[in-house]
Amino acid sequence: MKNANNNQSRRSFLKVTSLTGGGMMIGFSWFANLIPNEAIAAATDKMDWVELTGFIKITPDNQVKIFNPNPEFGTNVMTSLPMMVNEELEADWSKVIVEMGDYDTPRFKSQFTGGSRAMAMAWKPLRTAGATARLMLMQAAANEWGVPISELTVSKGVVMHKASNKSANYGALATAAAKLPKPEKVELKKASEFTLLGTPQKNKVGKEIVGGESLFTLDYKMEGMLIAMVIHPPAFGMQLKSFDAAEALKMPGIKAVFDFQVYKDGYAKAGFDTRAFNKLIAVVGNSTWEVMYARKKVVAQWEPIQDTKEMVMARTGKREEIIPAGLESTENHLRLMHEMQKKPTRVARKDGDPETAFKNATKVLERTYTAPFLAHNPMEPISCVAHITDEKAFFVAPIQIPEMMKQNIVSNLDIKPEQIEMKLARMGGGFGRRAYGHYIVEAGHISKRVKAPVKLIYTREDDLTNGIYRPTYIMTYKAAIDKDNNVTAIHVIGGGIPESPLHENRFPAGVFENYLAESWDMPSNITIGAYRAPRSNFNASAEQSFLDELAETVGKDPLDFRIEMLKKAKANPVGKNNDYNADRFIAVLELLKEKSNWGSPASKNAKRGVSAYFCHASYAAHVVDVTMKNGQPYVEKVVTAMDCGFVVNPEGAKNMVEGAVIDGIGNALYGELILDKGATVQKNLNNYRIIRHREAPKKIDVHFVQNNIDPTGLGEPPFPPVFAAVANALYKATGKRLYNQPYLKELGKV
Amino acid sequence: MAKFQLKVNGKPLQVEADPSTPLLWVLRDHLNLVGTKFGCGVGACGACTVHLNGRAMRSCQLPISAVGTQAVTTIEGIVSAEKEMHPVQKAWLELDVAQCGYCQTGQIMSAVALLKSNPNPTEAEIESAMTGNICRCGTYLRIKAAIQQAAKSSKK
Repeated sequence: MKNANNNQSRRSFLKVTSLTGGGMMIGFSWFANLIPNEAIAAATDKMDWVELTGFIKITPDNQVKIFNPNPEFGTNVMTSLPMMVNEELEADWSKVIVEMGDYDTPRFKSQFTGGSRAMAMAWKPLRTAGATARLMLMQAAANEWGVPISELTVSKGVVMHKASNKSANYGALATAAAKLPKPEKVELKKASEFTLLGTPQKNKVGKEIVGGESLFTLDYKMEGMLIAMVIHPPAFGMQLKSFDAAEALKMPGIKAVFDFQVYKDGYAKAGFDTRAFNKLIAVVGNSTWEVMYARKKVVAQWEPIQDTKEMVMARTGKREEIIPAGLESTENHLRLMHEMQKKPTRVARKDGDPETAFKNATKVLERTYTAPFLAHNPMEPISCVAHITDEKAFFVAPIQIPEMMKQNIVSNLDIKPEQIEMKLARMGGGFGRRAYGHYIVEAGHISKRVKAPVKLIYTREDDLTNGIYRPTYIMTYKAAIDKDNNVTAIHVIGGGIPESPLHENRFPAGVFENYLAESWDMPSNITIGAYRAPRSNFNASAEQSFLDELAETVGKDPLDFRIEMLKKAKANPVGKNNDYNADRFIAVLELLKEKSNWGSPASKNAKRGVSAYFCHASYAAHVVDVTMKNGQPYVEKVVTAMDCGFVVNPEGAKNMVEGAVIDGIGNALYGELILDKGATVQKNLNNYRIIRHREAPKKIDVHFVQNNIDPTGLGEPPFPPVFAAVANALYKATGKRLYNQPYLKELGKV
Repeated sequence: MAKFQLKVNGKPLQVEADPSTPLLWVLRDHLNLVGTKFGCGVGACGACTVHLNGRAMRSCQLPISAVGTQAVTTIEGIVSAEKEMHPVQKAWLELDVAQCGYCQTGQIMSAVALLKSNPNPTEAEIESAMTGNICRCGTYLRIKAAIQQAAKSSKK
């Protein structure tokens, strides 16, 4: 958020205080002393930026700015996406300024942070934007010098004509270039011609991050801005009955306390409109602490909900959904899930004749796996700045897919689409949580009501107890084994509350002639949503734990067993919809085998586990080394092999994989959100356990398959296979197979 | 409301706030020093780490009334008088530590305090000193390496 940078305002403010000898009273009126961020933005925009292709701005004094279209939540798109533009633009990367684009999806084509799709979606359009701008700048030079464009060369933002010894930088050419028609056809470089893409580049926002500059929504300030918090029901399955705000309103700095409805009755919720509670109490005041303090003085009465009808916008049109009444608990969820596994379900895929294969089996291996709800817990709690006036609806929003929020904002805040102006703040983590922008609408309602700019802040407790969680899941795998230890059939049943984890076309589908995949789900009033590789994150843990045990049962090396199955699927694929490429999968496992020196642990006390998974168009496999440290299991080392196609920024890519591995280890061992009487038992980070420094491995070796296939994502794919790699290593270390996450609990080590 | 005389990043400042207001919110809301982050409010994540007389403290747990004249240093105050970055910040950049970046100022403040009291920490000492700082993105290995690098560069 360069435009929204508070630095200047901070400096101005400190100047004011020092002028008065540090003795100036600093009450809340100090907001009035600030230059609003908009004014700063306007001042920088006065520098005659010439825009090319929507992605590039150039000043006459040769500053080159590249816009990153995709909201940034830590995958380093602020560096990797502008790299794509600059590979073709050929400006001097070391001097290029990157800036987060505002919400303007028609201009940027795609502003989508989720599904590990940033690389794939940007790959062609962003390079094309860069190449188009370069051609226009070259054409401007060609016209100026009266020479054919074919005689020009470009290097580091300077166009040259060798024969006449003429040169001009982009700054000098930009104004003329902008007046030229856009070339219709541009040729893009081949991978072998890249000079920037594929080289390790440091984070373009690194300095601002380590300097603690204003980057995040929570840091944003506007003139006259108030702070807002909301009070939500103490449990899922409860709603607001009445409240008394008399005491709270007497508290210093408090401006307003009121209840409001987030979505209108009958509003059809689209995919990212999930929200836990529709009626909230807002507390609005001058400063965060005053609002936090006063909020405790609101006396609210809650009541249980009845079965509630809500409209949902599905691909096939509007449909009704029933939110069931009741106070749910983890204990009940587990019981219900185990019961459901025995009931008839929906057949998602069937190949061959699995029934007969199981009837004729010499041996059947059957194992059931479960996982609890998980909370995202991005480090920056949920927040949003909103200022709704008659003219416009201004937001500073930490949101992964802003376009998906448009209809919601328009419908529920009675705003015209063209009135929306949204700055996309750097997000302090997301992991899927910030795909669900109900808080934008909440902030909008509050701003409308108090007729002022507001910053809505959730506390950590609010975020943890009013979340959009990873669902709880169950999966049963069954293998039929004949007398010669051949696997003749696989049967999988996957279910969850309120969503099934099953991906029926994933490996090992396609390997076995007889295959049956079944699925069920059960409604719940607990709100759920995408969580780093949704469904895959559990699917992989069950599948890859089971295959490990199956390999052992049939007397095979677990890594070789996987390669053998993939070779079978490659030579003779069963079924038509298998969603993986066996060749690429095999190559990843072969690379892992080589790089991990499979068979020989890193240290003599370490025990190894392996796991591999394909999702979000990339392939990932890990070997995990576990040791026992004072009776506690410790993941000491991880070796990872990945195929995500062409690696755009190897430095950022490696960082992403390391992070996903650590996140996976933490969630596998400790991650759990327990529900009791509709409320989450864990309410803050003192009892919701997240992996910490001393629990992280000593070493994570990351290896990429080298190829020039169009790049795919990394945010999610390395995460799902970590769980089973940990479980399989823990089995070797403890002799105990693990079926229920979090594994440390199942091991009795908590 | 009460008036408090503070010393923040070497400057004397006066603020007016309720005595129970945590230093975190005085820094962020009253002084606009937003590099100190709000993560949990219960001292469990370390995002709000500042220095009080050079020692790492969780500013969300420290009421303004308890600060007194003790020197408060925030991330904005660890650069040199010539605005040169602290060696720890430089190491962070060299090792490209950050992902989302939100926790990193708290991590850096913990690291700076550690190196001040222990210029040559072992791996175990780093882990122990840093374990109160959560990084949800999982950049722990790079954080550790950056601290080791900063320790090495300071010895030169």
